[in-house]
Amino acid sequence: MHELGIANSILEAVRTEVARVPGRYATKVSLRIGEMTAVDPEALRFSFEILSQDTDLAGLQLEIEICPRRNRCEECGQEFTVRDYDIQCPQCGSLRTQFLSGDEFAFGYLEVEEYGTSSVGAQSTE
Amino acid sequence: MERVPLERKVLNENDRIAADLRARFQEQGTLCLNFISSPGSGKTSLLERTLSSLPKGERVAVLTGDIQTENDANRLKRYGFPVKQITTGGTCHLDARMIERHLADWPLEDLDLLFIENVGNLVCPSSYDLGEEAKIVLLSVTEGEDKPLKYPSIFFKSQLMILNKVDLLPYVPFNVNAAVENARKVHPGIEIVKVSCLKGNGLDEWLIWLEKKRQAQKEKQPAAVR
Ligand SMILES: Nc1nc2c(ncn2[C@@H]2O[C@H](COP(=O)(O)OP(=O)(O)OP(=O)(O)O)[C@@H](O)[C@H]2O)c(=O)[nH]1
Ligand SMILES: [Mg+2]
Ligand SMILES: [Zn+2]
Repeated sequence: MHELGIANSILEAVRTEVARVPGRYATKVSLRIGEMTAVDPEALRFSFEILSQDTDLAGLQLEIEICPRRNRCEECGQEFTVRDYDIQCPQCGSLRTQFLSGDEFAFGYLEVEEYGTSSVGAQSTE
Repeated sequence: MERVPLERKVLNENDRIAADLRARFQEQGTLCLNFISSPGSGKTSLLERTLSSLPKGERVAVLTGDIQTENDANRLKRYGFPVKQITTGGTCHLDARMIERHLADWPLEDLDLLFIENVGNLVCPSSYDLGEEAKIVLLSVTEGEDKPLKYPSIFFKSQLMILNKVDLLPYVPFNVNAAVENARKVHPGIEIVKVSCLKGNGLDEWLIWLEKKRQAQKEKQPAAVR
């Protein structure tokens, strides 16, 4: 269960980013998690909620995009989603295909809002 | 509302330290290997077998991770090579900073081989790059042949799978072919060696793999330092 530590790094990163845009607060952070990573989205969500409640980031939404495994065919160049571990190229049938993506664990974007422009999520005024 | 793109990895800080370690290992020609498995698959046993096969004076060291005890380090120290225990105090994996810290007083130019035994866990260690040249996953025959499909990430990220405890095959229902097939489904290029750390089967093949890697690592070293 390493999701607690990960949730903590996410909140720290959000704080760093928010500090760069004075007068705004964060409403949503998005993550891209490849299906070949060992990160459990549910455990991460749970940790994220526990760690953010009653803090300056309470109410921050977490959006998780699960990125499937994608391969590229070395014969015909076709890029395709690998389903059920089947790495055969759907276009030409070749088995010579290379891993392309699906092990990412990255931020996507951060949504920020100016203080006073919305009633939802605004916690403090500073 | 405004959307700010965040073009970075979540484990940015760990990855930065790991990249730094990797560059130092390459510079010094040190082969660093990260051993990962469930608790009890035989990481320490394999390292004991490996250390006992190496000639005295071989420039090898071991870092071994454990949540609580120093047991593994005590087992490994008997072979006369430098060994340090990393006690994580609850954390279920090693991270790059722990490696950096524990290497601080070991000059890398004196090391040809660095073995890292991760905390026994098939999930969490997979997310943390330690700067290693290769991850090696151990699977023992008492764990079931479906493990690569249940924990795909670590099999996907490992260069080598060591199937351990083959001496127990007559006593447990474990289909070796299915295990190999499952590992290759997840990672078509994974190399596989079958061993028994108890009886010694297959260890030659593992030591040959190790020697090849070692040569390859030396060749990566910039000519000026070699
Ligand atoms: N039968 C058999 N037992 C083995 C073999 N290799 C290791 N064992 C036994 O399995 C048990 C666990 O081995 P360890 O080497 O301590 O396993 P580990 O992966 O280091 O365990 P942790 O560090 O606790 O995660 C010990 O009792 C070993 O004697 C093997 O090839 N065959
Ligand atoms: Mg051990
Ligand atoms: Zn094709």
